[in-house]
Amino acid sequence: MALNSKIPEGPIKDKWTNYKDHINLVNPANKRHIDIIVVGTGLAGGSAAATLAELGYNVKAFAYQDSPRRAHSIAAQGGINAAKNYMGDGDSTYRLFYDTVKGGDYRSREANVYRLAEVSANIIDQCVAQGVPFARDYGGLLDNRSFGGVLVSRTFYAKGQTGQQLLLGAYSAMNRQIARGKIEMFNRHEMLDVVKVNGKARGIIARNLITGEIERHSAHAVVIASGGYGNVYYLSTNAMGSNATAAWKIHKKGAYFANPCFTQIHPTCIPRSGDYQSKLTLMSESLRNDGRIWVPKNIEDAKALQQRKMKPTDIPEENRDYFLERRYPAFGNLVPRDVASRAAKERCDAGFGVNATGEAVYLDFASAIERYGKTQAKIHNLENPSKEKIYDLGKGIVEEKYGNLFQMYEKIVDENPYKTPMMIYPATHYTMGGIWVDYNLMTTVDGLYCIGEANFSEHGANRLGASALMQGLADGYFVLPYTIGDYLSNEIRTGKIPTNTPEFDEAEKDVKERLHFFINNKGEHSVDYYHKKLGKIMWDKVGMSRNEKGLIEAMAEIKELREDFWKNVKVPGNLYEMNPELEKAGRVADFLELGELFAKDALHRNESCGGHFREESVELDGEQKGEAKRNDKDYAYVAAWEYKGEPAAAVLHKEQLEFKDIELKQRSYK
Amino acid sequence: MSGFFKSSIGRKVAMALSAFFLMIFLLMHVSVNLLSVFSEDTFNAASHFMGTNWLVQFIMQPILIFGVIFHFVMGFVLEIKNRKARNVSYVSNNGAANSTWMSRNMIYSGLVILAFLVLHFADFWIHEINVKYIAMHPEDPTRYFHELQEKFVPIWRVAAYVIAFVLLGLHLAHGFTSAFQSLGATASRKKTLQNIGKAYSILIPLGFIFIALYHHFNH
Amino acid sequence: MNLTLKIWRQKDSNAKGQMVDYKVTDISEHMSFLEMMDVLNEQLVNSGEDPVAFDHDCREGICGMCSMYINGEAHGPDRGVTTCQLHMRMFKDGDTITIEPFRASAFPVLKDLVVDRTAFERIQQAGGYISVNTSGNTQDANSIPISKHAADEAMDAATCIGCGACVATCKNSSAMLFVGAKVSQYALLPQGQIEAADRVRNMVAQMDLEGFGNCTNTGACEIECPKGISLDNIARMNRELMKASI
Repeated sequence: MALNSKIPEGPIKDKWTNYKDHINLVNPANKRHIDIIVVGTGLAGGSAAATLAELGYNVKAFAYQDSPRRAHSIAAQGGINAAKNYMGDGDSTYRLFYDTVKGGDYRSREANVYRLAEVSANIIDQCVAQGVPFARDYGGLLDNRSFGGVLVSRTFYAKGQTGQQLLLGAYSAMNRQIARGKIEMFNRHEMLDVVKVNGKARGIIARNLITGEIERHSAHAVVIASGGYGNVYYLSTNAMGSNATAAWKIHKKGAYFANPCFTQIHPTCIPRSGDYQSKLTLMSESLRNDGRIWVPKNIEDAKALQQRKMKPTDIPEENRDYFLERRYPAFGNLVPRDVASRAAKERCDAGFGVNATGEAVYLDFASAIERYGKTQAKIHNLENPSKEKIYDLGKGIVEEKYGNLFQMYEKIVDENPYKTPMMIYPATHYTMGGIWVDYNLMTTVDGLYCIGEANFSEHGANRLGASALMQGLADGYFVLPYTIGDYLSNEIRTGKIPTNTPEFDEAEKDVKERLHFFINNKGEHSVDYYHKKLGKIMWDKVGMSRNEKGLIEAMAEIKELREDFWKNVKVPGNLYEMNPELEKAGRVADFLELGELFAKDALHRNESCGGHFREESVELDGEQKGEAKRNDKDYAYVAAWEYKGEPAAAVLHKEQLEFKDIELKQRSYK
Repeated sequence: MSGFFKSSIGRKVAMALSAFFLMIFLLMHVSVNLLSVFSEDTFNAASHFMGTNWLVQFIMQPILIFGVIFHFVMGFVLEIKNRKARNVSYVSNNGAANSTWMSRNMIYSGLVILAFLVLHFADFWIHEINVKYIAMHPEDPTRYFHELQEKFVPIWRVAAYVIAFVLLGLHLAHGFTSAFQSLGATASRKKTLQNIGKAYSILIPLGFIFIALYHHFNH
Repeated sequence: MNLTLKIWRQKDSNAKGQMVDYKVTDISEHMSFLEMMDVLNEQLVNSGEDPVAFDHDCREGICGMCSMYINGEAHGPDRGVTTCQLHMRMFKDGDTITIEPFRASAFPVLKDLVVDRTAFERIQQAGGYISVNTSGNTQDANSIPISKHAADEAMDAATCIGCGACVATCKNSSAMLFVGAKVSQYALLPQGQIEAADRVRNMVAQMDLEGFGNCTNTGACEIECPKGISLDNIARMNRELMKASI
């Protein structure tokens, strides 16, 4: 099947408007007779469910947590971008579009990104009207902050909890529709398969996670908004329950999976402290505005630090290697996420890591405290202030800016980051890849849509800070509710979809068989045992820097691990009860397949772009020597994989990317 | 408005309003009683006024009795409801980690005060009603002081009163600010409120205790 | 360190539960409390026993899913943290730790330490929103200035993660801190004014219907709240309801 991205004709500025003017609509009386299933209730799913219900459709929404408010969108800290130009610093729809395409290393679809930039301003209006308490200045107007990789201030924020506030906004919109009976909410339910009837998505099989019952739900269209697959690495900043099951199931039923190798590794996370580690905690990127990243220059010092025979403050200035400042004098500590992450890994791989596991670098605020302290002393007209005084004044400023983050760090690590430098290390954070969708956000299966982080998204090969929230809400509030109408306008005569058909029977049978297998297998290893092993393979060989040999090995190892899993996994308890181990087993089984496709995609893309770094594809000489080398001639396409029974057998379909409004350039941060 | 008092918040507002009324009454009661320490005549005059004025006797007194009963009944009703809100209790609960003993035991300090009120009514109020309205003795405007002194001769009664007043103090230590909070008072006034509350909950019971002890040792 | 755990085990909502003792060894002080529970569960799975079910998800203190009553306190002995942020360095070698589910009649136990908090959902559905459609034509976000003070205060109220620690810790199982925070967020913003009276009436009515107890202003909720939601929000809700009723 050839991929048709269905991008409307016309100049980029008018595409979305023209498109909206000409699509088919469903009249309000008919909407009442149309059902839509939304799986996942984070920013994308929650906002979509609320808006679809508002329009008059009957929505059934599914979440594995006990409330939509718990979706992992809630953990986003920094903010949300919007081209409002409230700061008057020259921002515009075009600039946001340009920054997003460039930041994504030219691997996203221009028309989609432009549309995203276009609706971004509406998101802010909508959220303010819903009562989202964005930060404001003393004049009562909305405040903006700047974020990595761009030249304007366009990020709206609510303290360090922007994701939480936006999600609660979408959740409140959902609540209003639940109260009106337009959304039927299924909390603690997990989708385990999609049901196709005559090639169209017509429903899902879900498990009630409290009773264990397997349920059938039908609808005229199914929307998947189940988030990213970062937990394929076991350790990530994702929530423990974040999973790829819904996305993987639809992939197996015909939806193509695009660019799985595009994964974002975030540089500023709290390092792992031991084998028991269950997840990694992100520290906001904003810390890099004032923190300086370093490791010791001498390997002996690094060894001493690893064995705790030495303290970082014992190392004199001249023996410190501020490696980002050294390698990237122009951007210094503020290089984009992927660049910063790889540089940290390079140092740690060379043996300069600073904690017991050797996987940490310092993020030091001492010079920021001193700098702020001196400025404050001047402001307060202090003559010859003492060192302590300067420190206290500077500490006050740092506390004001990052107090909550420092406190969080101290709670977790039990070290005072005002006194001793923080330790950070990169961690998997976001997945740009995902289910392939066309301009309508429809997958390669009719009537099956995919939105938010779950789709392959507008972020190309790398996502800019504060853009994930923007995309999730744009998809849910302003794009999908329009585009889905075009498809549903053909469904007004369909009538209620019955669930007692052979298609539902078969899907339910498959789901049950698999669950019964887990319960009856009585193997020897727990689900976590396999998940951790998979995570290790992924991190070591399909992590921040990848090469052909490692990727081939990874594919073989994952396959082997998967086969062992299906022989030896052990799941206690029963099917018809609350059984968290059984839930995990299903999720890990899917990760064990996805991981292999991920490695396959990384293997085939022999270029370095965005979050995907191939050691074979680096600049060989000149100023950029050793830096990532993109290959636009051969790889300026979206790699959409079609499922063919085994991940390794997946068939590649290419959607060639055309850049008409933006000139392709090499990213340089030197 | 009737719906309001059926709601949980309405009930706590009602509780707070009756508490305010009782706190004002306590202030008045202690003031009048303190007169007995300074001057027998003034105390008698004040008592005579309170005991014979029709406004006090037939309007204020029934309201007061209603207020007392309401505060108690509502207190019990809420306590029962609140206990039902947790059908299985904790095996281990560390209440002291996050709240004061007083705030957690209002029902017990309240019960002690209730027991005290029974004694107090028997001691003074029933006697009064008997003198004035049943036995119909001719009014003697100088009897009050002596009757008061008489009561505080036995040490057991003084002890009972002192214990009850300590519990009253503990009840007020939480009740005073709590009543304000229930009526919606917030942070800007909190510090002052807490100080006034502290002063009130210490001084009022202390006044009563002082009076009881004074008359016990000076009769 | 080595620890004895006393954990509430209950097969499902209808079963009778009881406390069961477990031993865990070699616990690192750097572990989070839930990682210690992971160690226990791995141990139970390997020995063929049913692992302890508990709610958790983000493990960074924001989703509000984790909910344990540890040694007699909601989210354990540390302050300003959820269970997932509690670290084992708060305990000593040889300690016995009691772990119970959040208790309230309105939060029935589903299994072991997992409770049903959908009562909170129904309270929110009763009015915890502003009725605005996603038309894309709402007025510009800056058309109504809001004082920084009001916006900050609304934000503080909106920080609530809906974990239910306030209910669990309150001797009366009262949900007033939770409801007060939501009522306050909207009461402080101009956008929330139109529906203010109905909102507070409906949310309080639903709260009462769910069987939560009454607030007696002990202040325990404020202290145990992992997000430091202030009691002032309850006072504000009281005012809002009085205003709505007059």
